[in-house]
Amino acid sequence: MEPAAQDCHQPIIQIKNVSFHYRDQQVIKDLNFTIKERDFVGMVGSNGAGKTTLLRMIVGLLPAVEGSIELFGQPIRKFQDWERIGYVPQKNSFNPLFPATVREVVMSGLYNRKKMFRRLTRLDHQKCEDALEVMRIQDIADKRIGALSGGQQQRVFLARALINRPDLLILDEPTIGIDAETQAGFFELITHMHAHHHMTFLMVTHDLDMVKDYLGESPVSQNGKIQFYVRHSHEIENCAEVDLQHSLV
Amino acid sequence: MLDILLSDFFQRALIGGVLIGLTAPLIGIFLVLRRLSMIGDTLSHVTIAGVALGFLIEVYPLAAGLVFAVLASFAIEKLRKAYKSYAELSIAIIMSGGVALASLFFTLGMGYNTDVMSYLFGSIYTLDTTDIYMVGGVTIIVIAVVVMFFKEFFLLSFEEDAASVSGLPVKMMNMIITVLTALVVSTAIKIVGALLVSALLTIPVAISLLLARSFRSSIVLSVIISEIAVIGGLMLAGVFNLAPGATIVLLLISLLIVTLVGKKGFTT
Ligand SMILES: Nc1ncnc2c1ncn2[C@@H]1O[C@H](COP(=O)(O)OP(=O)(O)OP(=O)(O)O)[C@@H](O)[C@H]1O
Ligand SMILES: [Mg+2]
Repeated sequence: MEPAAQDCHQPIIQIKNVSFHYRDQQVIKDLNFTIKERDFVGMVGSNGAGKTTLLRMIVGLLPAVEGSIELFGQPIRKFQDWERIGYVPQKNSFNPLFPATVREVVMSGLYNRKKMFRRLTRLDHQKCEDALEVMRIQDIADKRIGALSGGQQQRVFLARALINRPDLLILDEPTIGIDAETQAGFFELITHMHAHHHMTFLMVTHDLDMVKDYLGESPVSQNGKIQFYVRHSHEIENCAEVDLQHSLV
Repeated sequence: MLDILLSDFFQRALIGGVLIGLTAPLIGIFLVLRRLSMIGDTLSHVTIAGVALGFLIEVYPLAAGLVFAVLASFAIEKLRKAYKSYAELSIAIIMSGGVALASLFFTLGMGYNTDVMSYLFGSIYTLDTTDIYMVGGVTIIVIAVVVMFFKEFFLLSFEEDAASVSGLPVKMMNMIITVLTALVVSTAIKIVGALLVSALLTIPVAISLLLARSFRSSIVLSVIISEIAVIGGLMLAGVFNLAPGATIVLLLISLLIVTLVGKKGFTT
């Protein structure tokens, strides 16, 4: 399933010949994969397939043992624009006693390198309120994060990932521990964002129904036990639309 | 008997105490939340080695202690890298190293006076003007750095991975927090004593964690609690001629118990 020859979408993530192993366990072997602007990629695979490991390499938490990863056309070592990426890890490793309110956690999505030595502005506070509203968690904004249910916490971390209005959203099993109804609502929300906002998605999920519904019946490619399902950007917009968007930015 | 509270030396102890009561929880909160409470203890043991050496070679002991503590804080960070995810191991290694050196210097310099006791358990009598300048300088540095990196320290303590993905210089910030801890600990030991310094770093925070909902309020609360304990403890120590380290820490533990009971925190 090659993308159309005249595809005008820029590559967002380029993975070239990447391999990774922990001590003696090979997890990813010679992976090549490109995700373009506005693609929606679903990663599926059994437990221990290496999905989380791959995402952690993409966000720079683990160095690739071999091969190269480029983000927005830049090698990962040189990449600086981290605010363009929203990342919701699989397990949030925070301490449940941590004294932080939902609002404080969502706000922390703004604390990146470029914001060092800068004060928070009124616009920053507005961004926070917007993110709370999108995830419909305004009413729990002043609660302590540790006192929330797993599903509520997941919404908080999503709000934190969205506060910068990232171009790329990376989600590691975002609906784990969330009831079916909320899950359906969540998928509706992200597919809506995919359709109407200029965003690229990379999501790990075990929910094959959702994947097949939105991304098609069969995987576009496979590496080891990991399968990639993709809804290509050129399927949802043509180059004239892209040019228009670029001229608006 | 209450005259003692008006004496010069007590006034100095009070000024020093109030400053340390401010900086200790301000740094302590970042240690407790990153589960590194033991760092305070380790650095204080190393500081004592420096103090002992200071006596031995007749250098201003607190300065020698401070240098030792800062060096140890670098060593801890180095070891933390070598033993990733075993932070407590590097802490234990440095701690025993500090105690070993301290006892070595102590036995070499047998026969120096009771001053040593005051470094172990704290004293209201031994703070001189130089010490006050030291404490004052450290207070200014700590407040300035914490204010400057408040957002970043928050994210680092909440989720180190998230800080890393945001492009923050995580290693450097860990280092800064450890060095600040060394500064606070080494200046606090003259008042609270090396054996009890870490209590002042951690217990006010432990109490505030039971009460506060937000990060901001837990910082404010822990500073208030720490000041109550320091000022109250120093007065008790002055009036009844006790070691201030003991009175301050016992006051803190009483406050903790009251809070737990008041909150019916003994959930079963
Ligand atoms: N820190 C680590 N040290 C050593 N091995 C690890 C580490 N993290 C993961 N592994 C191993 O690497 C393999 C891939 O793990 P990974 O977490 O990437 O899988 P996953 O596809 O995300 O699985 P799941 O669906 O359970 O989330 C597993 O076999 C795991 O045991
Ligand atoms: Mg995983």
